Amino acid sequence: MSVTNLKLKDQPASRPAAPVIAFTRSVKQAGSRPLLARLAAGAANVAPLIVTLSLILIAWQIICSAPDSSLPSPTRVLEESWELIAHPFYVGQGVDQGLFWHIAASLQRVAIGYALAAVVGIALGALVGQSQLAMRGLDPIFQVLRTVPPLAWLPLSLAAFQDGTPSAIFVIFITAIWPIIINTAVGIRNIPQDYQNVAKVLRLNAFEYFGKIMLPAAAPYIFTGLRIGIGLSWLAIVAAEMLIGGVGIGFFIWDAWNSSLISDIIVALIYVGIVGFFLDRLIALVGRVVTRGTATA
Amino acid sequence: MTKSYLSLELIDKSFERGNVRTEVLKQVSLSVDKGEFISIIGHSGCGKSTLLNIVAGLTQATTGVVLLDGRVADEPGPDRAVVFQNHSLLPWLTVYENVRLGVDKVFGSTKSKAERHEWTMRNLELVQMAHAGDKRPSEVSGGMKQRVGIARALAMEPKVLLLDEPFGALDALTRAHLQDQVMQIHAELGNTVLMITHDVDEAVLLSDRIVMMTNGPSARIGEILAVPLARPRRRIELAADRTYLKCREAVLKFLYERHRFVEAAE
Repeated sequence: MSVTNLKLKDQPASRPAAPVIAFTRSVKQAGSRPLLARLAAGAANVAPLIVTLSLILIAWQIICSAPDSSLPSPTRVLEESWELIAHPFYVGQGVDQGLFWHIAASLQRVAIGYALAAVVGIALGALVGQSQLAMRGLDPIFQVLRTVPPLAWLPLSLAAFQDGTPSAIFVIFITAIWPIIINTAVGIRNIPQDYQNVAKVLRLNAFEYFGKIMLPAAAPYIFTGLRIGIGLSWLAIVAAEMLIGGVGIGFFIWDAWNSSLISDIIVALIYVGIVGFFLDRLIALVGRVVTRGTATA
Repeated sequence: MTKSYLSLELIDKSFERGNVRTEVLKQVSLSVDKGEFISIIGHSGCGKSTLLNIVAGLTQATTGVVLLDGRVADEPGPDRAVVFQNHSLLPWLTVYENVRLGVDKVFGSTKSKAERHEWTMRNLELVQMAHAGDKRPSEVSGGMKQRVGIARALAMEPKVLLLDEPFGALDALTRAHLQDQVMQIHAELGNTVLMITHDVDEAVLLSDRIVMMTNGPSARIGEILAVPLARPRRRIELAADRTYLKCREAVLKFLYERHRFVEAAE
């Protein structure tokens, strides 16, 4: 940079002029065009989605419009479950709650289980990534345990905790922890030698190394693990709640099935999908904010 | 023992892979006075980076010791700050924070917070990077990154500054500019500097003495050339200077006549 500055020293008058022109032009744009342009750009982004959604709804409507159809058509879903759609914040007795409360109960379980998994997972991942010995001792166990399906843990945790909610939280924990451990370990094993040399020259102690080099250097990997983990948690909670009962979106679906309220199930599934989508986006967003600047080394 | 500031005493280094033993450095001894600027030059693969890493303490010598200011230096530490070839700035910290990290570590107990801030800024100013303190390494040019790397090393007030081909990855113009800055800093602060390079002009321009390494395996110091040029040195005036040209010729002759690079020596 300074070299170019030196070279340009003899023609300084021309330099400030160019940015000024560019600036006024962009101001003009901001005044007249942007609203229309932005609307057009937004429409171009959303239009394909609206088209596919409409096509799916139309196809669904046609396929399920027969009076003896086993599944309801979109219009029948709206008709039969209007109470449910219109009153998400409804408060009733026992498990008779609005969908918002079911989702909130599920989210709370996921939050606790997932937070525990994140803390323990990152710590274990750091251990396995840092120490060859820990890796030899623990990695085979992790590799076997991570293949156990989430629901298979539920009977065992029910036996251990004797209660539904802690069991469900444990299932979330044990489901989410494996990708977090494995990705953290990979991230830490991939810390460039350069950064380790910097740490050595600075004589950082283990604690400083963990906070100042290890975590930030491995952060992109850690967030990949966290993102996979949140997705798996949300998958597991619905299944776990079907079995443990109580307020929660999983039991709501199971209850609706037992009462043959197929339309309610469809509404609940849409909720589950949208919430899962936002959970994923939330972790991705946090990851982007936290790892800002590390992507390009 | 010798009375010099930094001395390498009979350094041997060999790597073992299975049953194959590769000798990299053989019987390397060197004495450096305080404030001296030493370049180590040699063809690639001659072990000069290994030698620098041994001085830095990042690699252990197989036999032999490094003495710095009367003490054995066998572990890395801020008294031998390294400017790495690829700058090695931490990308998640800003330019300022990268320098500050070292300052906090070295002066955490001896300087107040305000003093450490001031010291960080002073070192950034020294390499003319104070204006970009809030930028991240990915947002500044390669030459600027290397300047921050130099500031980070200088800010630790090292006894010896170790430069590992610091300008190797830079374009010629930026490189010349940085060489001038390093000369100016050396004149100002009087650091003891050990620099790895493969650039003959750079070695002659910057150094008090040039250490020429023979080709590996089992590389050793072939010759040491004193550069009797007065400081401050100006590259344009030196371009036609007879002493300069003679030194240059001596290094070139060493590298390209007596110790030509032999490919696939094994």
